[in-house]
Amino acid sequence: MSPTRTPVPDQMTGTGRGRGVAVTLSDLRRSYGPIRALDGLTLDIAPGEFVALLGPSGCGKTTALRVLAGLDDADSGRVEVGGKDITSVPTSARDMGMVFQAYSLFPHMTARQNVEFGLQLRRIPSARRRERVAEMLDLVELSDHADRYAHQMSGGQQQRVALARALAIEPQVLLLDEPLSALDAKVRVQLRDEIRRIQLEVGTTTLFVTHDQEEALAVADRVGVMRAGNLEQLASPHDLYARPATAFVADFVGLTNRLHAIAEGDHAILLGTSVPLLPGSTQHGPALLLIRPESIEVTADPTGRATVITASFLGSTGRLHAVTDSGETVVAQIDNDTVATFYPGDKVTLVPRPNPALAVAASE
Amino acid sequence: MSLHGTRRRRQAGFRWAVVGVIGLFFALPIVAMVEFTTRAPGGGRTLDTWATLFNFSVIDADYPELQHGVLASAGLTLLTVTIMLVMLVPTMTWVRLRLPGVRRLVEFICLLPLTIPAIVLVVGLAPVYAWVAYFLGESSLWLALAYVILVLPYAYRALDAGLGAIDVKTLAESARSLGAGWPTVMWRIILPNVRTAVLSAAFLSVALVLGEFTIASLFSRDNLQVAINLLGKRDSSLAIAAALAFMILAFVVLLAMSFVGSSRRSSRSEES
Ligand SMILES: Nc1ncnc2c1ncn2[C@@H]1O[C@H](COP(=O)(O)OP(=O)(O)O)[C@@H](O)[C@H]1O
Ligand SMILES: [Mg+2]
Repeated sequence: MSPTRTPVPDQMTGTGRGRGVAVTLSDLRRSYGPIRALDGLTLDIAPGEFVALLGPSGCGKTTALRVLAGLDDADSGRVEVGGKDITSVPTSARDMGMVFQAYSLFPHMTARQNVEFGLQLRRIPSARRRERVAEMLDLVELSDHADRYAHQMSGGQQQRVALARALAIEPQVLLLDEPLSALDAKVRVQLRDEIRRIQLEVGTTTLFVTHDQEEALAVADRVGVMRAGNLEQLASPHDLYARPATAFVADFVGLTNRLHAIAEGDHAILLGTSVPLLPGSTQHGPALLLIRPESIEVTADPTGRATVITASFLGSTGRLHAVTDSGETVVAQIDNDTVATFYPGDKVTLVPRPNPALAVAASE
Repeated sequence: MSLHGTRRRRQAGFRWAVVGVIGLFFALPIVAMVEFTTRAPGGGRTLDTWATLFNFSVIDADYPELQHGVLASAGLTLLTVTIMLVMLVPTMTWVRLRLPGVRRLVEFICLLPLTIPAIVLVVGLAPVYAWVAYFLGESSLWLALAYVILVLPYAYRALDAGLGAIDVKTLAESARSLGAGWPTVMWRIILPNVRTAVLSAAFLSVALVLGEFTIASLFSRDNLQVAINLLGKRDSSLAIAAALAFMILAFVVLLAMSFVGSSRRSSRSEES
């Protein structure tokens, strides 16, 4: 599958924008024995943009990041930062801030010393260095933990220090490899939003790797979905969700029904209703329509041709599972206050809303 | 409850018995050495031997081999530890970072000397040392090369445990991304975090080199143990006194080393 390229947005909003540099990965290939970790990966990141790479475990996200950082060499392909080819520049000269999954703070240094390390290497005068360290610790809201060692901080605090350390050197590019995956759920959401806030503030071009779709959609300007060493689609979170380019993307991002339908050119007939089709869809004959739960309307109807299996209350929304007379299971999103009105065994009518959906060949 | 109590008492008793037996095992020879070195010719006790041992001008003049041996052993200890550390620490770090596939092989090679008797090592090294002596002179210090092989298994084990306790790869890569070259990574990131392991590797090497006799003797080189052996042929009482004195000295040195290691560690946790 060739990657679907959406044009790089040229008008970025946000206070810190304009300080970042563009990053281009071209046709990167990297094999480990028979495994093709990167299989022709091409990715353009605009100056100051926050791009998330999303994909299942083992699809090559980390490898892509490591090649960009110079920690791993691609077999072929080019890495450009700010228009300069840096493919053969060593890591230590690439000027990239990295945040790893965990355990990356130097255990024998305090938070302050960790943040200061990169500045010492750059021979920044000590007064300026102290200033910068204070500024960075303030940015991640850890000024009062400056003299703590890694083992005296929580996982979330350690990751903040790691972020401060990476940003202290004013890197050209900020790279984050699943920085939140070792944290518990609540801290994860908190830190995720904080990373976004900080990135907007400093305006550094950022590549964020994760296997968590919610995380990717929440923080990034654009999300690149990877599959088997290649980019499947690169788009804004909204477009990715509303206009998936492939069945893989539709399945990986958000919940999706796969329902039998008949494609007729630019639309398909599903449950007797016409649904517009997205570009790239199968256009003729029997097809599977990938349709979101919120694109299916449910009404109680004793003469309906579907039967409720379960209706569950999910807090802000509700979810209803039903089975059609033809035996297909359908998931639909319903209002949270109507959940109680549906009982297992109730007859309902399912009507697709006219939101564009993707149709794929029935065999896929 | 009372059953537990009985059992615990019995275990405690057993533990003390073990400690006692081991203590006796170490103490008896030492007591015997003290007894032997303080015998007076006509029966009774005298400290004459010990007085001679600490009368350095007499020792210098009458027993020059002892002085040679001490100096050689001190030099050998220093050289062996230095070569061992310079060789092993970067290699083992590099293997963990870049060549994880050869780790087993490196481990095998480093542990191999454990299975080779000293005499075999000497036979194997003899031709090498013939060349060393020919090109570099007859100095005893060249023994350090053989000693590095001898201490390799112990030093490897100690360092491997230290490197295994930290995430070498992530730490090195973090430092690299911040702009550190390899020497900086080694010196400022890896070494400080394996200091305890480095110390215990050095500790084991010092103990081994100070006590080494076989190889030095077979190569007819001077070291402390060879000198004491030689001395024993002229004045057995003085030889035993010297052996005891150096054993105590070695003990103090090792104790000091372990003290340095642990005091650094505890001072860090106090700061925090
Ligand atoms: N050093 C390595 N040696 C062998 N295989 C590797 C190595 N690094 C990655 N791989 C393989 O390459 C593929 C991609 O890995 P990775 O980039 O880590 O995936 P992700 O980060 O998306 O989970 C996986 O199949 C993985 O097993
Ligand atoms: Mg990964």
